[in-house]
Amino acid sequence: MQNVSLGAHYVVNLPEPDDFAFWRERARGLIQCDVPPDRVSWVEPGGTGDLFAAEGPSRGERRLPVSPEYAREVRASKRFLQLARKAALHSDPARFGLLYRMLWRLQSNPRAMEDKADADVRRIEELDKAVRRDAHKMHAFVRFRVVEAEGGAEHYVAWFEPDHHIVRAEAGFFMRRFANMNWSILTPRGCIHWDGETMRESGPARRGDAPGGDPVEELWRSYYASIFNPARLKVGAMLSEMPRKYWKNLPEAALIPDLIAGAQAREAQMVETGGKDMGDKPGTLDAVGEAIARCRACPIGELENRAVMGEGPRTAPLMIVGEQPGDQEDVKGRPFVGPAGQLLDEYLERAGIDRGEAYVTNAVKHFKYVPRGKRRLHQSPAAKEIDTCRWWLEAERDLVKPRVILALGASAARGLLGRTVSISKVRGEPMPLEGGAELWVTAHPSYLLRLDGDAREKQAALFAADLAAVKERLAELGA
Amino acid sequence: MAQQLSLRQKLEILADAAKYDASCASSGTAKKNSVGGKGVGSTEGMGICHAYAPDGRCISLLKILLTNHCIFDCHYCINRKSSNVARARFTPQEVADLTLSFYRRNYIEGLFLSSGIVKSANHTMDQLIEAARILREEHDFRGYIHLKTIPEADAELIHEAGLYADRVSINVELPTDSGLTRLAPDKNARQIEGAMDRTKSRILQAKDERKRFRHAPRFAPAGQSTQMIVGADGASDVDIMGRASALYGNFGLRRVYYSAFSPIPDASAVLPLKRPPLIREHRLYQSDWLMRFYGYAPGEVAQAAEADGNLPLDIDPKLAWALKFRERFPVDVNRASREELLRVPGLGTKAVAKILAARRHRTLRLDDLARLTQSIAKVRPFLVAADWRPTRLTDRADLRSLLAPRQEQLELF
Repeated sequence: MQNVSLGAHYVVNLPEPDDFAFWRERARGLIQCDVPPDRVSWVEPGGTGDLFAAEGPSRGERRLPVSPEYAREVRASKRFLQLARKAALHSDPARFGLLYRMLWRLQSNPRAMEDKADADVRRIEELDKAVRRDAHKMHAFVRFRVVEAEGGAEHYVAWFEPDHHIVRAEAGFFMRRFANMNWSILTPRGCIHWDGETMRESGPARRGDAPGGDPVEELWRSYYASIFNPARLKVGAMLSEMPRKYWKNLPEAALIPDLIAGAQAREAQMVETGGKDMGDKPGTLDAVGEAIARCRACPIGELENRAVMGEGPRTAPLMIVGEQPGDQEDVKGRPFVGPAGQLLDEYLERAGIDRGEAYVTNAVKHFKYVPRGKRRLHQSPAAKEIDTCRWWLEAERDLVKPRVILALGASAARGLLGRTVSISKVRGEPMPLEGGAELWVTAHPSYLLRLDGDAREKQAALFAADLAAVKERLAELGA
Repeated sequence: MAQQLSLRQKLEILADAAKYDASCASSGTAKKNSVGGKGVGSTEGMGICHAYAPDGRCISLLKILLTNHCIFDCHYCINRKSSNVARARFTPQEVADLTLSFYRRNYIEGLFLSSGIVKSANHTMDQLIEAARILREEHDFRGYIHLKTIPEADAELIHEAGLYADRVSINVELPTDSGLTRLAPDKNARQIEGAMDRTKSRILQAKDERKRFRHAPRFAPAGQSTQMIVGADGASDVDIMGRASALYGNFGLRRVYYSAFSPIPDASAVLPLKRPPLIREHRLYQSDWLMRFYGYAPGEVAQAAEADGNLPLDIDPKLAWALKFRERFPVDVNRASREELLRVPGLGTKAVAKILAARRHRTLRLDDLARLTQSIAKVRPFLVAADWRPTRLTDRADLRSLLAPRQEQLELF
């Protein structure tokens, strides 16, 4: 302590703005010589330091005191060291003074760092946080572009503008990640280069020193535009994590204004092609009848035909579902009145099922056909058309609440299950449906009409057996 | 024969098809780097988000489908068999090459590969594994890989996937069985759960083996996750939270993602056309956090819901819970336990840790709290400090409207 003159002011010139080890060495010595914080100025290269440092050579360039031979040890908490290492990288010129003041205070109060409400502690934490955020953004937003080096090797070069002195500190991250690549990161605060074996540093660079483009960027931009979901626009959330200041160095960011501007149109188009709005499900069977008459949700509704509503008691325990109205059903406006309907009636009667006590309807409400001369030839509905019409079938189901549903044919089964099943695999066994009803599937009676001879007899027997099973089940259920 | 698609066209189709999957994380895996290897890649610290899309979601991984052809016909899915979208298909080699070219330019943390089901579940799973194998074995890629596994595939294949991947996931898709039957008729809830259960045991087994043998192979070190679609069926928030907590409990999942059903082009008519408000998804994530980090039992989070079983949309679930259980408040910041402090609306885990540390040094006053918390206005009614006691504020009938955030106008851009 002999060479500390009372009231003397010291200036420490740091060789590099991020040289924590140098600061630590000098700070330890100054504390051992009992130099209070307001008697030291810390000046980084190119910096002017504070008021005292600028006051001239007589005060500013005083040689630092030499620590006494048996100096006391300088102590700092682990937490302080952890934070100080990062905080020292901040661009705030006052950081080293602040760290010295804190280190000074720690000598008399070793637990000072624990007081989170203390102003110095808070400031150091803020600096640390800002540096960590900057480093995190560097990890995220460095974008390499490939240039060909001598010998045809690929050299990956990036341009980045950090807010703080983090470049040297973050070199290790990029080295561990891209250990087997040749790369350079150029920044206005200095550059780092890795050739697969050694790390090299060089002075500050300008943006023009970095390459202007990369062939893969087109692909990357396509990816960026495609992965964005226009139905979920949240610009604020994006900006808080990717502030505009970074945009100029991100090749994909140029797309952002157009993506946002086009988002509403894209969402509207998604909803548009996403199917028609069927409105709310009607609350009465009459309302269903009115709604299906107006329904143009699929192309069948655009044909010259009329919607055929189901018929039967409002509380029928059995619901019979066919495929779609045929020519005669369309003319009469009632389900199952054509040849297939007559056949169905016959089998129902034989099985002892009273059609008048069942609710009879179709999976598709309009007649699909192709005109051939004066005739209209039946066409099977497509899966998508059945799925669209499922809306109305479910509306009827919700109102009638049958215990048992008998689906005639694959289209009817799809209208109830939402998937295509093979009749031969599922017939004869009930399938539970959502809401408690059970579904029995059998062939469509028009299938029987198309068969002859043995085949017809065989299928007719199966059909009759299916109806008998349904009758038995209804009896079991007491319906 | 259809015209050959360019790589860029395929990428557009197969990234577009992948955008409905909410999972994005690339964190929580084993630490690795490329030093001493032949290739590139590291998984250091937490996952890094390399870009953000205007939908506010981060882009951390190259999230694509191997193909959007699918033999299944799930109504909520854009790739279902009966949908009219443009189809495309990558080869495993193309996926590996794309991943590497993006990774080397530092665009991504790795790959998140999912797929529609082509030919069979096993064939599809084989292809997914092949892409991961090329990356890991041929290119010594040490970045992050997340593979979506197909529940119908053989257990051995799922096992193989976990050896290459950091994380595997199997989507539950819909929170209720009836929703699954109605909207995903080809899927089977038991099968999905069976696959999750097998993955869980493999993860546990691999962890155990590593304790005994240092070189035992790692199996999905970042664990398994799943996704549930919100708003496509009638399931309430209580149903969803119940399902999520059962999944966390039964299968040791790392994350459950909630994805608000969004309008998809060429949607099935069975689906509701209106999308659920995005805020609903946010509230579910908040309730998820309460269960995972704040010590709320699933039943308690459900208590925050309203009579219809849904969480209120205007306030967060923690505040909703506190308003319902006002007798538990105010809490004394200078005396309360960590558990009690964690229940205070507006106090996060970090703020609670700071309070606990600071009160060893001083008796906390309202000013001190203001420095330690985000918003003193929000926490004040629920806390007692040295110079503060919320006389009757906690009992006010209009407390909710005082605390609920004002409706904000959309920002201009």
